[in-house]
Amino acid sequence: MTAALFFEQLLNGLQFGVTLFLMAAGLTLVFGVMGLINLAHGSLYMVGAFACAAVAAATGSFWLGLVASIVAAAFAGALIEMTVIRRLYNRDHLDQVLATFALILIFSEGCRFIFGSFPLFLDVPAILAGPITLPGGLPYPIYRLSIIVVGGLVALGLYLLIAKTRLGIRIRAGEADREMIAALGVDIRTLYTIVFALGAGLAGFAGALVGALQSVQVGMGEPVLILAFVVIVIGGIGSIKGALIASILVGIVDTLGRVSLPSLFGLFMDPSAANSIGSSLSSMLIYVLMAVVLIFKPEGLVSQNG
Amino acid sequence: MKHLKKIAASALALSLAATSMAYAGGAKIGMITTLSGGGSGLGIDVRDGFMLAINQSDNKDVEVVIEDDARKPELAVQIADKMIQSEKVDILTGIIWSNLAMAVIPSATAQGKFYLSPNAGPSPLAGKGCHPNYFNVAWQNDNLHEAMGAYANSVGYKNSYILAPNYPAGKDALTGYKRFYEGDLAGEVYTKLGATDYAAEIAQIRASGADSVFFFLPGGMGIAFMKQYAASGVDIPVLGPAFSFDQGILGAVGDAALGVKNSSQWSKDLDNEANKAFVASFQEAYGRLPSLYASQGFDTANLILSALEGADVKDADAFRAALKVAEFDSVRGDFRFGNNQHPIQNIYVREVVKEGDVLTNKIVGLGLEQHQDAYAQECGM
Repeated sequence: MTAALFFEQLLNGLQFGVTLFLMAAGLTLVFGVMGLINLAHGSLYMVGAFACAAVAAATGSFWLGLVASIVAAAFAGALIEMTVIRRLYNRDHLDQVLATFALILIFSEGCRFIFGSFPLFLDVPAILAGPITLPGGLPYPIYRLSIIVVGGLVALGLYLLIAKTRLGIRIRAGEADREMIAALGVDIRTLYTIVFALGAGLAGFAGALVGALQSVQVGMGEPVLILAFVVIVIGGIGSIKGALIASILVGIVDTLGRVSLPSLFGLFMDPSAANSIGSSLSSMLIYVLMAVVLIFKPEGLVSQNG
Repeated sequence: MKHLKKIAASALALSLAATSMAYAGGAKIGMITTLSGGGSGLGIDVRDGFMLAINQSDNKDVEVVIEDDARKPELAVQIADKMIQSEKVDILTGIIWSNLAMAVIPSATAQGKFYLSPNAGPSPLAGKGCHPNYFNVAWQNDNLHEAMGAYANSVGYKNSYILAPNYPAGKDALTGYKRFYEGDLAGEVYTKLGATDYAAEIAQIRASGADSVFFFLPGGMGIAFMKQYAASGVDIPVLGPAFSFDQGILGAVGDAALGVKNSSQWSKDLDNEANKAFVASFQEAYGRLPSLYASQGFDTANLILSALEGADVKDADAFRAALKVAEFDSVRGDFRFGNNQHPIQNIYVREVVKEGDVLTNKIVGLGLEQHQDAYAQECGM
């Protein structure tokens, strides 16, 4: 592999990691602050993508679609928090899993009911289409580069929100001791709704960004959801910083593994066997990574409890 | 979604007043197909094509029971058991995916039921596992890929980069391409099934020095690949089977698909009367253009209807013989079965074009003429 190709694959890994981060940030907030396992997070991602595709098709503007994706997903998030999720905080994880799994089914069939079974069209906006030549003569899609930048900005914004604002202080306080913060007169119900809507909005935003790159279809959220859970487990549940580190780690390990494992096995095996073993192993790689991290750091890379 | 069942016999209003023809007998047909979740577009097209033919027929004694397998093998097996044991169907059909087909078909045919495949054509069922009660009306899985390999030779490609998901049909696809393609391989890659990010693979394609890219990535995977490929600025020509360029997903791929060559046994511009009538009536009934899956559903239903005209479905030997002669007006033009009861048919090369605002395919050449699958001689029939 040449240096340029390696660098390009690093960028690909970074971009994949950043999109994972947008998903994982909301998931880890909700899990950390409310102690809730939300399987329907992937559905909010799908809602964002569908909202973006629908608005972009109706108005012709990807940017309006992007705004719509955040609004629609945050609204859907707030709605399910107030109607369903709120009743689950004091229940055990099995009830939460069951109820949020039901939400997945409802959202998927709802989307199919409204938009039909065929994938929707959503393309990147014209000014971000095509490749740009990076220093060193490497062509790279502008859109992917933009995702990296946007993801970085979102990470910075979340850091400022959590560390510097009153809302952030309350979120951290809610994470540490929810009875105490309620006793201090903070409206914990509203706080939970806000946190949930924030996480949902981020998921919807990720869905729209990725939908333009991939495909907008029913069931698109679930594969990402699994990866996002891997990320928050590696990063340490409840930690935004952990989610950022872990998602970039997962993105890069997965991308480089996919590229290099088949050729690594090719050194001592015949090509077709090396290909199939290499590809099979590379799809397990992030789970191996998760297992290794958990052996040495059972609470994840950035632990909240110590 | 996953557990939603649709018993559509009533909904689709098939129990119309009996106006039975001279000797066209009735039959109960069980359709197991994917109507919800990922990949449901394919099942819906097969169902709609199938039901269009049934509704156009004069034979009102045919009853169709439709259930959704949600692309889950275990669910498909349960539905098949129920259809055979309690619904007492005569004929089964509808399965889209090869892994589901392998779970259902061998046991259904062993119980004396007929199975007509409107889509999947796994190689074991074409070769050693062929069965007198199993008919494939679509293609053997390798066929469309083989045609693309032959096409690559004919246009002089010498260095292909080939790509498919890491699952049985993906391996069949690349095997099929390599069976006919005579040039070198710039790379052979199996991606994770369901992967939707191909940045790493596209970077490798750019670096590989290939003169052509052959890929088999059905459904959302293909949409994602084509959009990302177009955005990457790599301009190596792309080839693929029709599955990534069928009518259901072209709209989602957008202009990124323009000019891509793909292989199919059917195209909406095939010049025969049955096809013209099919395309027009499908558009009228459903308000969209038919896909190759819809054409396969339509042909499957018409094959069954043609056999029912000459034979009673309860008389298995006579009915089997009536199916085998395949006396029906296929939308593909000529249609006949080989010894293993898989089609021997032309496979065309199509190009993605724009007609007005609608992306669609038009035939630009013949990939393989009267092609039979490679497993037929392994079949003992």
